[in-house]
Amino acid sequence: MGTEYVAVGFTILFTIATSLLLGRYMFKVFTGQRTLLDPVLFPIERLVLRVTGVNPNEQQDWKQYSVSLLVSNIFMWLATFAIVSIQKVLPLNPDGIANMGPTLSFNTISSFTTNTNLQHYSGETGLSYFSQMFAITFLQFVTAATGVAACIAIIRGLAGNRLTQLGNFYVDLTRATARVFLPLALLVGVILIWQGTPMTFEGAVKATTLEGQEQTIARGVVAPEVSIKQLGTNGGGYFGPNSTHPYENPTPISNFAETWSIAIIPMAMVWTLGYMVGRRRLAVVIFVTMLAVYLPMVTFAVAQEAGGNPAIAALGVDQSTGSMEGKEVRFGAGLSALWAVTTTVTSNGSVNAMHDSLTPLGGLMPLIGMWLNNIFGGVGVGFINMLIFVIVAVFVAGMMIGRTPEFLGKKVEAKEMKLASLALLWHPLAILVGTAIACYVWATTADPGTALAWLKNPGAHGFSEMLYEFTSSAANNGSGFEGLGDNTPFWNMSTGLVMLLSRYIPIIAPLALAGALAAKPASPETAGSLRADSATFGFTLWAVIVILGLLMFMPVAVLGPIAEHLALR
Amino acid sequence: MFKELKRGILFTIVMMVLLGGGYHVVLWTIGRAVFPSQSEGSLIRRADGTIVGSRLIAQKFTRPEYFQPRPSGVDYNAAATGGTNYGPSNADHLKAVQERLDAVTKQEGVTVGQVPSEMVTASGGGMDPHVPPSAAELQATRVASTRGVPIERVRALIHAHTEPPALGFLGRARVNVLELNLALDETLGAVKAVAGR
Repeated sequence: MGTEYVAVGFTILFTIATSLLLGRYMFKVFTGQRTLLDPVLFPIERLVLRVTGVNPNEQQDWKQYSVSLLVSNIFMWLATFAIVSIQKVLPLNPDGIANMGPTLSFNTISSFTTNTNLQHYSGETGLSYFSQMFAITFLQFVTAATGVAACIAIIRGLAGNRLTQLGNFYVDLTRATARVFLPLALLVGVILIWQGTPMTFEGAVKATTLEGQEQTIARGVVAPEVSIKQLGTNGGGYFGPNSTHPYENPTPISNFAETWSIAIIPMAMVWTLGYMVGRRRLAVVIFVTMLAVYLPMVTFAVAQEAGGNPAIAALGVDQSTGSMEGKEVRFGAGLSALWAVTTTVTSNGSVNAMHDSLTPLGGLMPLIGMWLNNIFGGVGVGFINMLIFVIVAVFVAGMMIGRTPEFLGKKVEAKEMKLASLALLWHPLAILVGTAIACYVWATTADPGTALAWLKNPGAHGFSEMLYEFTSSAANNGSGFEGLGDNTPFWNMSTGLVMLLSRYIPIIAPLALAGALAAKPASPETAGSLRADSATFGFTLWAVIVILGLLMFMPVAVLGPIAEHLALR
Repeated sequence: MFKELKRGILFTIVMMVLLGGGYHVVLWTIGRAVFPSQSEGSLIRRADGTIVGSRLIAQKFTRPEYFQPRPSGVDYNAAATGGTNYGPSNADHLKAVQERLDAVTKQEGVTVGQVPSEMVTASGGGMDPHVPPSAAELQATRVASTRGVPIERVRALIHAHTEPPALGFLGRARVNVLELNLALDETLGAVKAVAGR
């Protein structure tokens, strides 16, 4: 068991150390400074901007920036919706995959356009190679880059002094894609192929097993998708069971590379903020605050999964290696628990163990990660959520000590608080109301077990399955308690809408907030100013995150995972 | 507004070509050149070229002369993979575990406490190619007696096919079931008559 904690600790420390380097690199990229990779990557950036017809020197205010963001995302949605709807007649379909139906297409494309990657289909039976490449993998790059671009613009707004312009959306989007995601995805992609992740245009292969039976093995253009799915906090896998599938995640080395990929950019984003606003201490305070939520969750989840399932222990089986239902031997319970927490505090949503089969309290950790949705968070977007919490914490602290709340020398007033509240309150609203509606439908349907056939598991766990689905959609996460029979019009449409609203409200409202803050004059800090880069503020922020972020979800946590845990003992 | 729409369309097209096309072709080229076997799925071929399977994908073993992999939620269907998605308290789940437990204790002639949980729980993808060394050891007696060879020879093969954790601490020690069974046939000879039926 000891080695599991060593492996978990090593993975986290290595990721933190390398995030410092990447944070510095991203700062250089987004402030137009020279980097070592320029000779290769700058021509790509220039080409994209030239074809798109964007003047790199054009500046946009927050409204123009938001319009460009929405318009580009709408066209990405339309183009990829068309692709999966007619994939049967498009090239690169060696396994003869049929077209995707309308509600499933709506759900799938909304899911990938919003960087959620909730999947109501199974990759090996639902998508052609062409769709995997030109719809899914394409979206996994550009939607991740959309989140990073929005985050960078918001940071510019926070740092600005009487500033009206936040940058140019297409320049930021192109830089994030071509100079951050592309080189990293190529690096991780090569590591994955080396470890055994396939990259072939040939169709499924037929094998004759040692016992003489026929086995059809699905494969395909796997490695490119798996690498960007991890780096872009997308999470949508090539195969149904995601990175539990040995082709998506063949070895402990590939598992290490993929776990690193989940957290590296979200972590680096914090350091990028520090460089961009010129306050390294502020970045340290925010980073440590995040760790103070993340590390206890990881430790607790590892302990839960390594402790095993008491109901199976009661049968007398040797459970010394932990709860192994839904887990892979090559990773073990510890690295599976680390992944489960990391993939949900960030809005990644890939899995290397089935979350539906986690122990009750082990499975509560992913839910908490998504309820908070700001600990490292999705590339860019999670950090935007964190910045909203920073603003709220500044406000709360200011009220407590009776001073005008200020952040980076700028007054936080009613308008900013309204926008922050909008971004903050949408999240629990979507989750709790969505789950309530699903429960209502279930409870008012005669014989729901056969009529709806949604829930694989009865009782409290079945409730958790529905709760998890709306939580995952609202957090733009995409992981699931996959026992939920979710490819139905109800789930396709409801979660599709939740994903769209939960993506664009928490991006546009903070952009408006940043626009409002940017226009204000920054007054120099005095001895009387509230210092955001202090340990005291870090603790305040931590308390605000835990209390505001979690208290609303206490009742559903008790009804689902905690009730199951108590029943299991 | 027209300018805005045009930029959205053109950006989508150029990025689709670059990422859907170019990015894949680069990785495909590197894969083919440097890691040809991994690129095509780590397939195992016999001398005559027929494909036995993939070293990364579990296949079904039922005969007593072979080691058996972990249970699969999808009956080892490598074209539609998945887990059971059973929650920990689900009565169906516990019933399935109990049935597997009964089968394993009967087949291997061991007590309940000797059975590692990996052999009675299904993996996440249903394709786990590995078992822990303890699960291979559990089956060694049956495999050796079915094949009529000393157990030491079987144990030596298990030992030779045990992969340690990467760097000594990442992941867990494991035995690849398909490779171990291939090695059994190669070094001890394939069992002609189907024993124990």
